[in-house]
Amino acid sequence: MVSSGDVDFERVTVSDVSRFYGRRRALSRVNFDCASGEIVGLLGPNGAGKSTLLSVLATLAEPSTGKVRYGAWSARAGGAKLRAKIGFLAHDLQLYPELSARENLEFFAGLYGLDRCEARADAALASAGLEFRADEVVEGFSRGMRQRLALERAMIHAPRLMLFDEPFTGLDEASCTALVDRLRHLRGDGRIVIVATHDLDVVDGVLDREILLTGGKLQVLRQSGTLRERYRAAVAKRRGNEQRVKPLQKNVQDQDSEDENGASP
Amino acid sequence: MHRRLFPVLSGLSLCFFLVAPVLIVGAPYESTMGLVQKIFYFHFPAWMAMFLAIFILGISSGVYLFRRKPSADRLAVAAAELAVVFGLMGLITGPLWGIKAWGVWWQWDARLTMAVVLELILVAYLLLRQYGGAGSDRLAAGLGLFAMANVPFLYISTEIWRTVHPRTSVVPTLPVDFGVPLWWSLVGFIVLCLSLLSVRCRLEEQRAMLDQLYLAVEEE
Amino acid sequence: MNRFLQVAWLVVWKDLRVEARSKEMLFTTLFFAISIVLVFSFGFVRAGQAVEGAAAGILWIAMAFSGTLALGRAFERERYHDALRGLLLAPVDRPAIYLGKLVGLLLLLSLVETVVAVLVAFLFGVPFFRHGWWLFLMLSLGTVGFASVGTLFSAMLVRTRSRTVLLPVLLYPVTIPVLIMGVSGTTALVQAEPDLAMARLWISLLFFFDTVFLTLALWTFEPVMTE
Repeated sequence: MVSSGDVDFERVTVSDVSRFYGRRRALSRVNFDCASGEIVGLLGPNGAGKSTLLSVLATLAEPSTGKVRYGAWSARAGGAKLRAKIGFLAHDLQLYPELSARENLEFFAGLYGLDRCEARADAALASAGLEFRADEVVEGFSRGMRQRLALERAMIHAPRLMLFDEPFTGLDEASCTALVDRLRHLRGDGRIVIVATHDLDVVDGVLDREILLTGGKLQVLRQSGTLRERYRAAVAKRRGNEQRVKPLQKNVQDQDSEDENGASP
Repeated sequence: MHRRLFPVLSGLSLCFFLVAPVLIVGAPYESTMGLVQKIFYFHFPAWMAMFLAIFILGISSGVYLFRRKPSADRLAVAAAELAVVFGLMGLITGPLWGIKAWGVWWQWDARLTMAVVLELILVAYLLLRQYGGAGSDRLAAGLGLFAMANVPFLYISTEIWRTVHPRTSVVPTLPVDFGVPLWWSLVGFIVLCLSLLSVRCRLEEQRAMLDQLYLAVEEE
Repeated sequence: MNRFLQVAWLVVWKDLRVEARSKEMLFTTLFFAISIVLVFSFGFVRAGQAVEGAAAGILWIAMAFSGTLALGRAFERERYHDALRGLLLAPVDRPAIYLGKLVGLLLLLSLVETVVAVLVAFLFGVPFFRHGWWLFLMLSLGTVGFASVGTLFSAMLVRTRSRTVLLPVLLYPVTIPVLIMGVSGTTALVQAEPDLAMARLWISLLFFFDTVFLTLALWTFEPVMTE
């Protein structure tokens, strides 16, 4: 159990993490680690398990097997204090549309047990460029404005590990650039940044490392070429592997349905 | 473990069930009810088997929720299904007796009412598992705990509810005569419950193994 | 402990703020409860006279049905924009979130029940307020019992498919003791010769139920909400 005092960590290590339910497998024996001052890109097609992996990293979901360590702590041992060091910008932004921008920020600041909530909210609003819309309800904001607000909300407690799930969706060019600058700034600050994204062109050149997930499994990208080219090559290779596996799977499935229908094995 | 347990338990319950009719026929006729009272030798043990199953459901749900042992989850599903089956037995034998004793199929007898509600909770458990989608095993474990916790409250509230309401006539309830035939049937039903539990758990275990194999094929 | 209550209060404050902006849940739940009372009245009134004892039953059924509606809506709001996960991510004791949602719901339901009690007393000529404080205690304890189980189940189901239909399926059987105790207790209070001893018995049973199930809910909230 963690002793009193803050929980902090310099690396996050994911060891042999799998997550499955019955026969559906979301993650399969994922292994990687990352250290502070790194931006790691989590790439992969839809349904590859990126969101699941982010949930596991955020301690919202437990892996079926394997474990995640944050420095010396595990998710269970770290508990609430560990969560104080993790920030998550989810795809759905997690804002309350009926509250104003300021109210959203103050609520989360209070929830995170921060002092001087009003001052912090003001600083966050300034950083998001929303000072003049602070008291308007979030419902009326554009996607870009909500994104900026959600970003500030997710970081208001200065987390060590920052997780982003598809942060560039629906953003215009200027906002994308601003977000990329923000990521660089976080890296400079010694945070661990993990970004799951489809927008390969935007993050090309910003990422220190890339992790590719296809069908829940980790894959290595080759070194040369633009990010998009390397990604395409890796996904094509994976698809080739899958062609090999499908007949094997079908065999198991056929056997299974025969047994259920009472045919002799 | 289950593989060895099942033949022993089912053999044992077979013995009990073969001897039981002899004992039941030999048992004395009850004064007011005559032959009909002998349904009690099925009715009461079926209830007890249901309570045992609910108890097992509650405990294994708790273990699964707090210790994440997959075997506990399998035991919980098996126990829930068996509780539904034995409950149904009790709910069928009850009115069968009732139509002879009371002249009506149903008159809100405390025990039968409690059993209906418990049956509803158990069916809700099975519905949750079937239609809840991914993650419903953990939710069902929560429900299982609540089901077990609810038993004493259902018992007390239906009991008092029925004693308060005036009855139109003197209504007999099934008399409890703890003679040898009753104990015999009781043990027989409990052994049957345990043997069915072991085979059902084994089925779940095998399903889990199959899932693992399926997943392993994809691993390559 | 302080932090626990502080967080719960923060959640309540947030829910009240959100509700104050639109008042959607308040109006819809209230209107729904009134409709239920009328619908059941048409079932139980013969030749201008209510069937005996119907009033107590209708009062509690209205509570159960409108409670379920409010629960569904309250958590639908948290589901939208994934807000519940935002709460679960916070470095707080997760049961505090449960408590906050529960208190918010209780505030809404107490308002609705007051209106319903007055309406039923009016329509059926039932002397609800003869032993007003006893009735108040009974309704409060019953609502706490119903809502504590309901809040847990509703939170549990927030990411489940078929959640709208599964909530009543799960909730009603488990809260039947509350209904039995509440209706019997209310009947004991409003019948021609009120049976206060009986009412006290039902009230203590309700208190016992609340203690057990509230504790159980607080205890199981965290493991049940982890994916």
